[in-house]
Amino acid sequence: MKIENVKILRWAIGTVIIVGCIVFVLVKPLPFLFYHDLPNVGFFGRALFIILLSSFLALYRIWKGPTGADRVVAVDIFGILIIGFCAVLTITTKRSWYIDIAIAWALQSFVSVLALSKYLEGKDFDE
Amino acid sequence: MNNTIGLIFVGIGIAFNLFGCIGLVRLPDVYNRLQAATKCVTLGTCSILFGTFLVMGFTAAGIKSILCMWFLLLASPTAAHAIARGAHRAGVKLCQESVADQYAEDKEGEA
Repeated sequence: MKIENVKILRWAIGTVIIVGCIVFVLVKPLPFLFYHDLPNVGFFGRALFIILLSSFLALYRIWKGPTGADRVVAVDIFGILIIGFCAVLTITTKRSWYIDIAIAWALQSFVSVLALSKYLEGKDFDE
Repeated sequence: MNNTIGLIFVGIGIAFNLFGCIGLVRLPDVYNRLQAATKCVTLGTCSILFGTFLVMGFTAAGIKSILCMWFLLLASPTAAHAIARGAHRAGVKLCQESVADQYAEDKEGEA
C-alpha cells in the first residue's frame, strides 16, 4: 500500500470519528449522575460528554508523545480537566464534596508536575 | 437569573477546554503545545469554577470553588514555566518553522 493511500485512510477514519462525536452530542446527551428535578439536563449531559472527549484527546497525547516533556504537559492538562469535571458534577448532583475532590486534585497535581519537571531537568530534588 | 449567567460561564469554559485540547493534539512542538493547552485550559476551568460559584451561591461549595479558582490561577502558570524550563534544559528541540530561540542566546551569554 502506498503512503498516500495510508494518509487518505487515516484522514477518513478521523473524519468519521469527529462527525460521530458531533452527531452524538447533538442527538443524545449522557443521562448519568443527575438528581431528580434538575433543569437543563441536556446541557449538562452534553457538557460532561465534551469534557470526557477533551480528556481522551489528552490521553492520546500521553500515549503518542514523541518526548517526555509532551507527556508531562498532557498529564498537567489532564489534571486540570478533571478539576472542571468535578465542578460540573457539583452542580448536577448538588453534593458539595465533589469540589473537595477538585481542591485535593489541584494540590496533588501541582506538586507532581513540579517533581516531574525537576526530573526532566536532570537535577536532584533537594536543590 | 444567577443560574442562567452561571450556565453561560460553564458553556464558555467548556468550549475553551475543547479548543485547548485540540491545540494539544494538533500543534507541532512541545512549546507550542504548552502555550496553547495551558492558557486555554486554565482559563476555561476558571470560568467553569466561577459559573459553579454563581449557580451554587454563597454556600460551602461556592466558596470552595472560588478558593479552587484562586489556587489554580496561582499554580498552573508556575507549573507551565517549570515544564518549559525543564524541557529546554533537557535538550528538546524546537520545530523546523521557529525563527528565534532567545533562551539559548541568554544561556550562551551567561557562560
